[in-house]
Amino acid sequence: MQEDPGLYDYWPYEDRPKIRWPNDARVAFWVAPNIEFYELDPAVNPHRAAWPKPVPDVHGYATRDYGNRVGHMRLMRVLDKYGVRGSISLSTALCEHHPEIIELCLERDWEFFSHGIYNTRYTYGMDEAQERAMIEDAVATIKQHTGQQCAGYLAPALTHTEITMDLFAEAGGIYTCDLFHDDQPTPVRVRSGNKFISVPYSLEMNDTIVYVVNKIEPRRYGEMIKANFDRLYAEGADSGVVMCVPLHAYQVGHPHRLKAFEEALEYITGHSDVWVTTGREIAEYYIEHCYDEAVLDIQRRGAVT
Amino acid sequence: MTLDKEYLEYPQRRYGMDHDRYDWSMLTDRKQVTWPDGKRVALWINVALQTFPLNQKGQPFPPPGGMSTAYPDLRHYTLRDYGNRVGVFRFLKAFDRLGLSPTFAMNARLAERYPYLAARIAGRGDEILCHGWDMDTPHFGGLDPDVEDEQIRRSLEVLRTATGQPVTGWLSPGKSQSGNTPELLAKHGIEYMCDWINDDMPYAFRTEQGEITAMPLSTELEDRFILMNNLHSEREYAEQIIDAFDFLHEESNEQGGRLLALNLHPWLLGQPHRIGQLERALEHIVAHDSVWTAGASEIRAAWKEAQTA
Repeated sequence: MQEDPGLYDYWPYEDRPKIRWPNDARVAFWVAPNIEFYELDPAVNPHRAAWPKPVPDVHGYATRDYGNRVGHMRLMRVLDKYGVRGSISLSTALCEHHPEIIELCLERDWEFFSHGIYNTRYTYGMDEAQERAMIEDAVATIKQHTGQQCAGYLAPALTHTEITMDLFAEAGGIYTCDLFHDDQPTPVRVRSGNKFISVPYSLEMNDTIVYVVNKIEPRRYGEMIKANFDRLYAEGADSGVVMCVPLHAYQVGHPHRLKAFEEALEYITGHSDVWVTTGREIAEYYIEHCYDEAVLDIQRRGAVT
Repeated sequence: MTLDKEYLEYPQRRYGMDHDRYDWSMLTDRKQVTWPDGKRVALWINVALQTFPLNQKGQPFPPPGGMSTAYPDLRHYTLRDYGNRVGVFRFLKAFDRLGLSPTFAMNARLAERYPYLAARIAGRGDEILCHGWDMDTPHFGGLDPDVEDEQIRRSLEVLRTATGQPVTGWLSPGKSQSGNTPELLAKHGIEYMCDWINDDMPYAFRTEQGEITAMPLSTELEDRFILMNNLHSEREYAEQIIDAFDFLHEESNEQGGRLLALNLHPWLLGQPHRIGQLERALEHIVAHDSVWTAGASEIRAAWKEAQTA
């Protein structure tokens, strides 16, 4: 085990090279619906139990299943209304279980990125060959069912090893959603030397963290999203920033929650100098236009790690 | 610790669910439901009438709202008992004033201990569901099927005798089930259960003893979840119920009948400082002509009829 993940160098927010988004937008705004499948009776990982109750954990399982049966279609309706294309954090086995949902996302030209195969299969304890096999399986499944080359990664249930980024970059990935250290994209060091970056995904704006961990009221979540946007929008006048709202239809898709979220989305998309985009588009743009300059600046300012 | 080869094998990776209990379907793809008289939102209010033993075993897990101090936990015992003595009667007044037809999910042991309450509820003619034996008798994975069979048989027998009702609905304590619970419920004459909260509408659920209906009784909108788990205020409780209703009401405009299922605990919302917020939310809902207030069996029957219409 190491003191520091070794993935990036300390790089203070002030005095960085200016990021210029397309059309001089201040904020690159993206929404990441998690479309997940949780297994009722998954294989056991000795490092983490899948469910708090003995199998069948009816309540935990049904809570997640609600998203697939009810929530996604509600959320799609709202995102369609405000012209937002989702960047899907996908449990790739859902391609087999629920192809109807995949079809609806394809019709909307949404992006699919890997969130593992199931959200009940954890990376903890995998050796390199096993983790590579899981990552390659997910990438191949996305390609087969959607035609898309997977660009992004959010580890299943946010479970990692020390080489997760290395392996995903070697499988052709260009960005990770697993790091919460910044409001701008940053280079991430991988052993292949590939250009690989972090695209801010935000746990603070993540509906599950908000509702379940922090137990926030639905209307207050809407206010938090607006406040988050207001500050980033102001700072974005100096240099482009990223704002992400990660969602779970089994949370935000409930009848008492969706309206407050919709109002926040209406507010954000009502601003003209916002780049409403996807994770892949941010990553590709940053790598093409900002990456080299960022690396030089980090080197110039003297890495401490 | 390394992982076995089988950790990367996925035997249930296939079309549909990873089990055979129910068919996979999206709400938007299903046949639209029309409630009686063209009503748009069915309001199902369920009151959980519970008894929490002072000598709680808490095995294999304690019930939500159960005893939590060293024995004797008079604090929590009496706080819960308050619901059966005081809170529920505040509820009844409010329901009657607003013309609502709630259901009551009752622990069988409570009917045995407080026959007055069982008779009072049964005398109203409102539907009574079985809420298991008591709050400290959970159904869970690993429970001996013979023990569970007897647990269900006895609970239903006691409650049917005490209330004179057929009792065809079931709500497990803590909404917890074993892998055998659905079969055992069907075997003992249960027609619908409320534990699977994966939908906003009823759906067909398969058991080896024949099909029963899942009637999802929302946890996210439950008073215990909002007030006690999330620590939201009473006012916020009412706002969330109102927002949920308004949303479903609007959705029903294009997608057919919707169900708003509210589970209430008299030991929580029956407190003097909370009841007013419950009344405020219910007043908002019943002010709409398009609301059908009904019991779970009536809603289930209307839903079933719509499936074959």
